[in-house]
Amino acid sequence: MRSLGFMRHLNQEKIVLLLTALLFVVFSLTLNNFLAGDNILSLMRSVAVLGILGLGMLVVVLGRGIDLSLVAVMAISVAWSMQLIHEGLPVSVALTIGLLFALGIALCTGILVAYAEIPPLFATLAMATFVYGFGRAHLIVGTDVVYMPKTMGWVVSLGQGKLLGVPMPIVVAAGMALVVFLFLRFTKIGSFIYAIGDNLAASRISGIAVRPMLVLQYVLSGGIAFVAGIITATSVEAMNTRIVNSNMIYDVILVVVLGGVGLSGGRGNVRNVIVGTLLIGVLMNGMTIMDVQYTVQNVIKSLILLLAIVVDSIVNPRDEQTGQQGDI
Amino acid sequence: MASASNLTKLRYRFIPDHVIGEILSKKWIDNAIPFLVLLCVIAVFGTLIPNFFSASNLSITSRQLGEFALVGIAMMVVIVVGGIDLSVGSNFALGNFMTLALLNLAGWSVWAAVPAVILICGSVGLLNGVLVGYLRLRAFLTTLVTLIIVRAIVDMLLLKYAQAMSMSFYQSDLWDLMGLGGFFGIPFSFCVLVVVAIVGHVLLTRSRPGWRLMAIGGSRRSAHNIGLSVRGTVCAAYTISGMLCGLAGVLYAARLSGAGTDTGMGLEISALTAAVLGGNSLGGGRGSIVKALIGAVIVLIMTNGVLRLGLNSGSGPMVLGLTLIFAVFVDVRWLKNRDKLLNKVYVSPTYIELPEPVATSASSGTAFALNDRLKHVEIIGLAAVESPEDVILDEDDYLYCGTRHGDIVRFAPPDYTSHEVYAHIGGSPLGMSWDRDKNLVVCVGGMGLYKIDRNRNVTKVTDETNRSKLSIVDDSRLRLADDLDIAPDGRIFFSEATIRYEMHDWPVDALESRGNGRIICHDPKTGKTHTALRNLIFPNGVCTAHDGQSILFAESWACRINRYYISGPKAGTLERVLDRLPGYPDNINRASDGTYWAAIMGMRSPALDVALRMPGFRKRMARRIAPDQWLYPNLNIGCVIRFNDKGEVLESLWDQGAENHPMITSMREHKGYLYLGGITNNRIGRIRLEGRNEAWSGYSNYWGGRDGERAA
Repeated sequence: MRSLGFMRHLNQEKIVLLLTALLFVVFSLTLNNFLAGDNILSLMRSVAVLGILGLGMLVVVLGRGIDLSLVAVMAISVAWSMQLIHEGLPVSVALTIGLLFALGIALCTGILVAYAEIPPLFATLAMATFVYGFGRAHLIVGTDVVYMPKTMGWVVSLGQGKLLGVPMPIVVAAGMALVVFLFLRFTKIGSFIYAIGDNLAASRISGIAVRPMLVLQYVLSGGIAFVAGIITATSVEAMNTRIVNSNMIYDVILVVVLGGVGLSGGRGNVRNVIVGTLLIGVLMNGMTIMDVQYTVQNVIKSLILLLAIVVDSIVNPRDEQTGQQGDI
Repeated sequence: MASASNLTKLRYRFIPDHVIGEILSKKWIDNAIPFLVLLCVIAVFGTLIPNFFSASNLSITSRQLGEFALVGIAMMVVIVVGGIDLSVGSNFALGNFMTLALLNLAGWSVWAAVPAVILICGSVGLLNGVLVGYLRLRAFLTTLVTLIIVRAIVDMLLLKYAQAMSMSFYQSDLWDLMGLGGFFGIPFSFCVLVVVAIVGHVLLTRSRPGWRLMAIGGSRRSAHNIGLSVRGTVCAAYTISGMLCGLAGVLYAARLSGAGTDTGMGLEISALTAAVLGGNSLGGGRGSIVKALIGAVIVLIMTNGVLRLGLNSGSGPMVLGLTLIFAVFVDVRWLKNRDKLLNKVYVSPTYIELPEPVATSASSGTAFALNDRLKHVEIIGLAAVESPEDVILDEDDYLYCGTRHGDIVRFAPPDYTSHEVYAHIGGSPLGMSWDRDKNLVVCVGGMGLYKIDRNRNVTKVTDETNRSKLSIVDDSRLRLADDLDIAPDGRIFFSEATIRYEMHDWPVDALESRGNGRIICHDPKTGKTHTALRNLIFPNGVCTAHDGQSILFAESWACRINRYYISGPKAGTLERVLDRLPGYPDNINRASDGTYWAAIMGMRSPALDVALRMPGFRKRMARRIAPDQWLYPNLNIGCVIRFNDKGEVLESLWDQGAENHPMITSMREHKGYLYLGGITNNRIGRIRLEGRNEAWSGYSNYWGGRDGERAA
């Protein structure tokens, strides 16, 4: 009975945290240089962007949505900004235009979801396809990759600088995590987002302006995607628009879900995203040191996600009586 | 003024407004919008692209469609059951690779390789099915995981075997037929698709497993609670999806004979787009093969078309994305507003001009003059029955009535204080009659015609008739059979009040006052049912005339009583017996002296009579205000009348104070008493009649004697 009582306190977040700790210990004991300060920093740095995107996804998922257009918005808006700088616009103006583009697209997505009542899965999927297509056809013509202009100025330090020896991407990610945490925890709007995700009909009846709230969530995630894009672009000095066709958006979902954020909304916190990101970071770093093939890494990542959701479904069972209709 | 009303009359006579509502209520109308999108896409790309309609292009397109639509159907099957399968693309690539590997490297024959590949891909589906169905994981995440894993496995296999595979080349006639040939000029893969689509359509719409699939998709909880095996069925859906992907992979392999890392990349997105464009609802319960096919054709034409137009690399996704947004938007709006639209449009009143009613005031001197003859009705079974629409007595004086709970209740003579449930049928039992063998034949609203034999066994007599060729609503099922009588030769004639509304919406039919009803004849000798008369205005109260050559029936909302000859020289003709009734006639039954009793269930009111001549007004009313505030016929107070074969009304019985038994839908004379039933009552009434034949009973009058032997 004791063990059952222990099981009852186990949730996905704790399982993943335990798993991360376990992996961390195993890697520290078996792999050379894993515990070295540089390696830990590069581990965190490698997943900083993923973590930031995870925050954007979190905000949307909490309101029972999903945003598959994150990566597309990130790639196209930042690539276009840099293209504009290449064409001679001042950095600040170009970045503002890029940000406004990202926010505008996110606003459209939000309106489609909230007012046109298109299921988020489709609205964002279609938006991702559209944004990528539109960007490639009209904004960034001729090349897949837009290189970072030399004239970016202080912005470059976001990707390449260091604060007290810590690479800036980690600092930015940590800062954003704090901001999102404070926003969700202490603002009225944050509580509303939880309420909407928990029970949309009840929130509407109790007087929350549900539709504007939903739009706001997508706009926030669009803004976060732009920041993630700036960091990606400045740390590798280029933005490859082909990233849209990669598995990256699945990785973002992985990070969010792994940490225990419920896709049916209303359940989850910044903490969950951090835990999920750390697990992926430790895993990828360890496997890279072990020189595991990329495809095998994918398999291992997926198996871990599978394990996490299987354990979750055993610990918190859903059945035909409790499952929500149309919840996929 | 007269010409204006004539114009209105003609307009409502010849413009069939009600058809719009009926079309909207059809299930296939769901496909209308995807189909329109399909036509637009074909029109746009057909004009933009030269040779779009040429034989060679159509052949290429249909060959590709064969593969793609199979994946689309695979996606649809899981969407219908309330899931999603993102692994279709990887599974397709796996199928493609395995086919080539088995043929080229392992040296298997096509006959062995194809089933093997389908089984391999089916086992991937089975894995999804076990995880989603039995472990109840989330479909989206689970299939995302299998997407990545299967893709990685294919990549690893390719890394190992791609070179060896490119060295060898499999060749056989069958393989060439699959890849390049076809039957009668139709590409092989398209033929496969046609077969799969037809089998799938029949399974999904006309078989038990298909219905279970739809039921689980529609409401998983309800399906579980009625005892369907939800987990097994969900698992089966994923397995089928996997097998279809395998089949598509085989066809792809036969066409291109090559495997690359980009095979099937992003196919899950295209298939999802196709499924949703076609109108399959995410979340389940709404979907069909036709929808999947329409969606697949749209997506294929668009992706191919954008490629053929030679636009730059971004335009394809852009157009696809915009179309997806637009189509899903329209579909979501349509789904949300269809019922609202239907509610607004379905009620379609028509013009009807009722003749001036006969005066009923006490001083008018007509046979309808108000009186208080029903004031001292004896009450039977107060609060023991609910809505006894009809009452009937047998030779042993037992009294039977139906209730809205679907029971036939029997009261025991002589005082009728004790009662029992004689039989349970279900539905709403309405009119009743004895047949020669003393079986009780009952019209059951919402179910049809049922028979209760002397051992109280309930059997269905009929619940369908011949479908009329031009009607849009399916009028083969009986919706509201309301009264019957049996001819001397055993044929059962019964009325169906309306074919446009269900049982409980019958007041709305009054608002329409169109001829929505019919008289149907069932012949127990042949077991056949056919419609004898159509387009009657709420027919009701069927009664065989005393000479057995005709039936009398009431047309309630038209306030008249008609005669229809069923045998003899005038067989098949219809004539008016009685009109200008001051109320709405209901059941008609024989009286002991060769005349007939008829119940008037409610009285006409001048306001509704005027409204009946203003269909536009009634239509606006139906659209703009809530149904409980509509103008309905009054059904609170009525009377019983007696009339003869010539159509002369001889007397009427009223309860002027509306104290004991004002609402009457049926009455039976039995051994000097008149028994009264009313559909909104909680009681049965009985009143002693003066100067009547005290031995007369309905059964012996119809069938003669106690044993059913007609007296000489």
